[in-house]
Amino acid sequence: MDTSTLTIESTRSAIAEKQITATGVVEEFYRKIKADDGDIHAYLTLCEDRALQQARHIDDLAAKGGTLPPLAGVPVAIKDVMVTKGLRTTAGSKILEHFIPPYDCTAVARLEGAGAIVLGKTNCDEFAMGSSNENSAYGPVRNPRDKSRVPGGSSGGSAAAVAAGTALAALGSDTGGSIRQPASFCGVVGLMPTYGRVSRYGLIAFASSLDHIGPLTRTVQDAAIILRTIAGRDPLDSTSANVPVPDYVEEMSKPVKGLRLGIPKEYFGEGLDGETRSAVEGAIEQLRAAGCEIVPISLPHTPYAIPTYYVIATAEASANLARFDGVRYGYRSAHAHTLSEMYRKSRDEGFGAEVKRRIMLGTYALSSGYYDAYYLKAQRVRTLLTRDFEQAFQKVDAIVTPTTPTPAFKLGEKADDPLAMYLADIYTVTADLAGIPGISVPCGQTKSGLPIGLQVLGKHFDESTVLRVAGAVSLKSRT
Amino acid sequence: MKVTEKEVSHVADLANLELTEQERTRLAKDLNSILEYIDRLNELDTSNVPPMAQVTGGASDNAMRADELRPSLAQEAALQNAPDASDGFFKVPKVIEK
Repeated sequence: MDTSTLTIESTRSAIAEKQITATGVVEEFYRKIKADDGDIHAYLTLCEDRALQQARHIDDLAAKGGTLPPLAGVPVAIKDVMVTKGLRTTAGSKILEHFIPPYDCTAVARLEGAGAIVLGKTNCDEFAMGSSNENSAYGPVRNPRDKSRVPGGSSGGSAAAVAAGTALAALGSDTGGSIRQPASFCGVVGLMPTYGRVSRYGLIAFASSLDHIGPLTRTVQDAAIILRTIAGRDPLDSTSANVPVPDYVEEMSKPVKGLRLGIPKEYFGEGLDGETRSAVEGAIEQLRAAGCEIVPISLPHTPYAIPTYYVIATAEASANLARFDGVRYGYRSAHAHTLSEMYRKSRDEGFGAEVKRRIMLGTYALSSGYYDAYYLKAQRVRTLLTRDFEQAFQKVDAIVTPTTPTPAFKLGEKADDPLAMYLADIYTVTADLAGIPGISVPCGQTKSGLPIGLQVLGKHFDESTVLRVAGAVSLKSRT
Repeated sequence: MKVTEKEVSHVADLANLELTEQERTRLAKDLNSILEYIDRLNELDTSNVPPMAQVTGGASDNAMRADELRPSLAQEAALQNAPDASDGFFKVPKVIEK
């Protein structure tokens, strides 16, 4: 069976028409994982028995001639920051090495409820903190397109699994670019929905006002199908939005002719790799040829996005990660005699270097005497960054940019320089701060064969337009 | 240097992190270089700009639910990941220090 060309819809219809079985599909994906994942290391935990049991259930349904749910038999991978009942969830951290969650993340439960089959949990930067997947306590992921290079991060395992064909689709999480940046580096589609569009219940919290769950897929249509499945109000997450969920598949099939697309000059300046620029500009010309109006715009506060992000994200992280204290779950140091010693040693031994760096920065920014200067200042600048987009969206329907300034870099290249690593998110982080949706879609490759991603940003809750523009780009880049 | 090693120790205390000498030195260096970068925010006059509270405005209502009893995580399930538990309690080292 050739699983490399399957999409969500073709998998479901082939199972419904009994050309293939869900069990056969799942077995083939595990065969591929066992053959190819040793080098790539996209997976941390597999759940073959559970997956095969779910597959048999789908096959029984198909045998009875029943209507199959929309994701019937679709093998998916879940970033290991989403809890899965009875299935180990580590967040890429040693502190959760043996953690078996007692409940399910809403997004995962909704996928499984629609017939999708979870193959396993994917590797990621520890607590989703990183841009290269090198911060995983379980070792890095390699980019399937060039194994000397990083897959991006923090959803590096999810992007690599989809790129390597060891999952048909995956869920990731995006706090500063962690879905779109690895999607760009690995040559797959990665969608970050509007803040609140998808419930965060069961997502191990990094920065609560910035965390988003979204899909990584082979096609834009698959991203639309998964979003349709996981989006919508969830009583278990009070920040999930009470906004109707449209049929994204229908919405994205509308022509792009007449759409006004903004090109922000700040995203095409110094630091942008030449080949990335040409590929993105080529895609913009194709969108113009398809009838879009291309409008030069400015998002003047863009240079302040990374410093704003590193104050707010680390401040929220320092509070969220206070729960890891060695009492209720997770790692406990064996070398402690008193309670406070136990907290301190468990956290020092359990957390990796980048996580400690961010907890320290966030604690500093929130500490007495510095709160106004750092945290409050950053929240004010966040308002300015959000206003940039509000003003732009008065003139345009969507914004088109490169996803990343360069293609995938080499393993180890930025590992010792936190600031250089943070700058890998320079084009993605602003959308997280403003809460607007964004997608990365492949738009070409370098001469050496590295994927290049184009980013489309939209208005709050307008994933439809984002998917529509991305769909037009991906149609063109395939011809 | 904005942050001294003494301040690093103070912040580590606030964050309940036991740092080695080596970690303290490295963190002082990293925090200084990151904070120097963050200081560019001071180029912006934000005196009349309100701090962001919720990016999507009213889309997420401040949902209040009815105050009704609902099933919650069973005690056994809540304790299953505990590093140490006994008699239905989480067990920890001595709380009162001399």
